[in-house]
Amino acid sequence: MNLTVIIMFLVFVGATLVITYFASKRTQSTNDFYTAGGGLTGWQNGLAISGDYLSAASFLGIAGAIALWGFDGFFYSVGYLTAYLVVLYIVAEPLRNLGKYTVADMIAARFEMKKVRAFAALSSITIVIFYMLAQLVGAGALIQLLFDIPYSISVILVGIMMTIYVLFGGMTATSWVQMVKAVLLMIGTLIISFLVLLNFNFNIFTMFGEMKNVTAPELEGPFLNPGSQGSSPLNNISLIVALLFGTAGLPHILMRFFTVKDAKTARSSVMWATWIIGIFYILTIFLGFGAAALLTREEIIAANPAGNMAAPLLAERLGGDFLMSFVAAVAFATILAVVAGLVLSGASAFAHDIYGQVIKKGKMTDKEQMLAARTAALSVSILSIILALFAQNQNVAFLVSLAFCVAASANLPVIIYTIFWKRFNTQGAIAGIITGLVVSLVLVILSPNVMDPSGNAFIAMEPIFPLDNPALISVPAGFIGAFLGTFLGKAESHEKYREVKVKSVTGISTSDVSH
Amino acid sequence: MSNIDYKKISDQPEFEALLRKRNKFILPISIFFIIATLIFPVLTGYTNLLNYEAFGNISWAWIYAIMLFIMVWTLVTIYMKRAKEFDKEADEIIRKYREGEYK
Repeated sequence: MNLTVIIMFLVFVGATLVITYFASKRTQSTNDFYTAGGGLTGWQNGLAISGDYLSAASFLGIAGAIALWGFDGFFYSVGYLTAYLVVLYIVAEPLRNLGKYTVADMIAARFEMKKVRAFAALSSITIVIFYMLAQLVGAGALIQLLFDIPYSISVILVGIMMTIYVLFGGMTATSWVQMVKAVLLMIGTLIISFLVLLNFNFNIFTMFGEMKNVTAPELEGPFLNPGSQGSSPLNNISLIVALLFGTAGLPHILMRFFTVKDAKTARSSVMWATWIIGIFYILTIFLGFGAAALLTREEIIAANPAGNMAAPLLAERLGGDFLMSFVAAVAFATILAVVAGLVLSGASAFAHDIYGQVIKKGKMTDKEQMLAARTAALSVSILSIILALFAQNQNVAFLVSLAFCVAASANLPVIIYTIFWKRFNTQGAIAGIITGLVVSLVLVILSPNVMDPSGNAFIAMEPIFPLDNPALISVPAGFIGAFLGTFLGKAESHEKYREVKVKSVTGISTSDVSH
Repeated sequence: MSNIDYKKISDQPEFEALLRKRNKFILPISIFFIIATLIFPVLTGYTNLLNYEAFGNISWAWIYAIMLFIMVWTLVTIYMKRAKEFDKEADEIIRKYREGEYK
């Protein structure tokens, strides 16, 4: 912990609090709170999506994994990025045209049953809790590592900051924190990448040539080829399935599409996001390779066995204390931006879907809605901080991939059928959500993440289900569940589907036709 | 709730045509990028094809990964272009509906 770090840290915290102060003045209505008034431009929202998506796990985790494992560390980035094609081609525009604040809105646009909305909100809440817990536990460990602050204080510190952003500044503050973070993250990775390339005389072939010679006893294959981690092919396929189909079902990412005025802007947000996210992942190769070339493996592992310190250590080697402090501050900013987005989407599922629509049946004044939203935000924050404090010594890294898996299995099939399938009905929607959710959860409980004979997991016995991530089974199960439910349920009139079809394709709204 | 006659719009041949065009555009491309992505872990997991070096010390696995990145940017660009055409048709349908041209 030195003075440069403290100053950068305070500058960032101060800047975000100023943003929150101005945002709080503009947060007058529920619409402002959930969607920042729906007035963000394409590039702003694209930046914010990137800020929401690129977690500390992407920044420090992937750079570290590439430094230690070479190709295998980079491998999953492919799934994280191509997922945006699913978002763009299938989900983004209909979602913007049908929903108001949440994913459940979109499904409820077709099925006015309160039950459907309750189940859709339930799967959203499950996803948000998993994701949040992983983020906070990871954040506590990272801040402990970067700034030498004890874990519990780190978690509470992050918790207080995210609560302030969301509670006072709602989606406006959250969006701007995400944008600032995305810009800082890109600046940081660009600077380090440039310095790494300088080191290799801007010759990619020299870089790869040097990487070819990386050896370590724990590598199961060549550093530059797939397979150095020795994970099973089915595991890899299953995880890619979760990432590819999960992103389009993540509530906190989908919520970002309600912050723009129409489907056109939603579309251009995704375009901006794919460029930013894609370039970022390519730059992580330089970060990882730079760390592998300029640091020793022992150094990286001694600082953190998972390689999370590779990027900060590399920054120190290349740009001294100043760059190291900058990277640490960026990592902190990264954590805050992601958790704030999660709190907001969790709060919207509780306050808007469950309390506002299911319990109060939509009969609330704007003031009551705001109070509910803020109460929910505060409750979600406190609950996740408490959970994170208890989970300090648990290995929760798998929770992020599990969140993707539930999103892919419980949300995506129902979203796709809602938009494209005429025959789809209420029973199908409920069956799809429940099947996806239950199959994901049960298979994870039976997987090596939870059952491990060596005693490193929750239950000390042989895992019953071999895959770390159950998406390969649970995603098809979600689709089949929704399909069977539809045929077992009562056929419904197609009137609602006509509305969904017309709205999702044309984006027509009452304001278009009022004279 | 709303006073838009959705049935009237969805019965229009123009709307039918737009819907068909959109789905015809989205479906094959979606199947293509899903397969292109999922084949990657299959190839790396079950074959050695991608371990051979393509250029200098860069093996085919890296080339395939970068090709997927390029695929994403290309398909996003294609989508933006096509969506602009769909916008025009959708706006035309909304305009006609608003001006009472649909009977």
